Amino acid sequence: MSVATAPALDVVHLSVNFENGSSELQALEDVTFQVWPQEFVCLLGPSGSGKSTLLRVLAGLVPPTQGEIRFAGGQPPRIGYVFQQANLMPWRTVLENIMLPLELQGVPPEEARRQAQAWVERVGLSGFESAWPRDLSGGMAQRVAMARALIHDPDLLLLDEPFGALDALTRERMGSELLALWQAQRKTVLMVTHSISEALLLADRVLVFSPRPGRVSLDMPVPLPRPRSDELRYTLDFIHLARELRQAIG
Amino acid sequence: MITLAKPLPWMKKFRPRWLTQGVWTVLSLLLAVGVWEGIVRLAHLPPFILPSPGQVGRRLGLAIADGSLARHTLTTLQEVGIGLLIGVVLATFLGYLLARSPLLERLIGPYLVASQAIPTVAIAPLLVIWFGPGMLSKVLICALIVFFPVLVNTVVGVRAVPRDLRALMHTLRATRWQTLRYLEIPASLPLFLGGLRIGATLSVIGAVVGELVGSNRGLGFLINVGRGQYDTALVFVATFTLMTLALVLYGLVLLLEWRLLRWQGSPRDHH
Repeated sequence: MSVATAPALDVVHLSVNFENGSSELQALEDVTFQVWPQEFVCLLGPSGSGKSTLLRVLAGLVPPTQGEIRFAGGQPPRIGYVFQQANLMPWRTVLENIMLPLELQGVPPEEARRQAQAWVERVGLSGFESAWPRDLSGGMAQRVAMARALIHDPDLLLLDEPFGALDALTRERMGSELLALWQAQRKTVLMVTHSISEALLLADRVLVFSPRPGRVSLDMPVPLPRPRSDELRYTLDFIHLARELRQAIG
Repeated sequence: MITLAKPLPWMKKFRPRWLTQGVWTVLSLLLAVGVWEGIVRLAHLPPFILPSPGQVGRRLGLAIADGSLARHTLTTLQEVGIGLLIGVVLATFLGYLLARSPLLERLIGPYLVASQAIPTVAIAPLLVIWFGPGMLSKVLICALIVFFPVLVNTVVGVRAVPRDLRALMHTLRATRWQTLRYLEIPASLPLFLGGLRIGATLSVIGAVVGELVGSNRGLGFLINVGRGQYDTALVFVATFTLMTLALVLYGLVLLLEWRLLRWQGSPRDHH
């Protein structure tokens, strides 16, 4: 948030095309923005505006067609990625799913287990360490996914509509929990969402994307004070910002 | 009002709790043996057509006592073991490559499908001509017959690895080897073990077919001897031993599935 430091992420004139047989589909066109260290940025926009594609490019899953992405330090960051579906390994228990990133980094199993246990408690899943994913509710599964995305201390947290598959009440609660986690960890976060109120409650800044090909049509700071709570939804400031975003989406 | 779906009160009285599945199996076997004995007695069949259960039992005792059953069983077991191992290892290796390389699949896929049009049983004589009546030809037939089901299931299994989990491994910068170990192997294990279950039973068939075509050892050879000497009881002994062998192998794979796939839950949970 302090403009004096270098950006954590600098996206410059990024375009992404997908070849679809003979035709070409332009998912993102000339997208330019910056994200500062420890900033929480929400990407808002209609379906098909390339928000998820942008996350996939940042995670190195999709190559950019044009343009450039610069990361702080010049190296690709360590990434924590949360998918719309929890995307857990069904053959691993809750604890084993959470410790996966550490195992891949070569952390000794005992140490990985110890850290995963701490995360189980942090996301409120004590007692479910050895449960199988098939026995978890949608909200619990997404908590496991969140812990898995954070356990290896990522530089950049990418959330692709992490609560999109949950019911409205669970979704609100998960939003508050994410806020508390972020408050404690202060990661740089990019989160795709369809929910205006979710974006306003969580983000320092909201980027609104236009329909295909996706472009940043509005870059709006959210000057609401922190720490934020659900009560904020019913304040006048919140409602004004929500209307502004709604109009920008079109 | 009487409903047919529910047992009537008087039926419950005749169904004590200890009558579990195991007891039913024993009862069913006893019944089969009884029917068999009945057929032999009523039809006055000579032993070289259909020996009685008692005669088969005595022949079994004889074959155990003179060590011939153990010797021939061991031979067949070796052929099955080595053939199964070779077939499974090759099929798994090639199956993985095929699943991960579209080019390779286009190149050799058609041959693999075409090769399945050749009944393995029909080329068994050829293999015995080429590789002799010893163990090698049996091991090859065994490996050949096991190969395809394991290959197909491995290909389908590796293809079925969820795309999002692949993406996850990529974001965590997993190496090729880590992706194999932490994702591809566990994810394709259910289908692979399904293929192994089919392969295990087929492997016994492969070994016996080879032995029947030409050999001087093994349970298939024992069947040939029994047939030649009108010792039909011996044919029964060898056949039952083969059945036991196949069932034990099948059971071992089931045990393996039960041990490795606990995360799937019991099938009952899904219904």
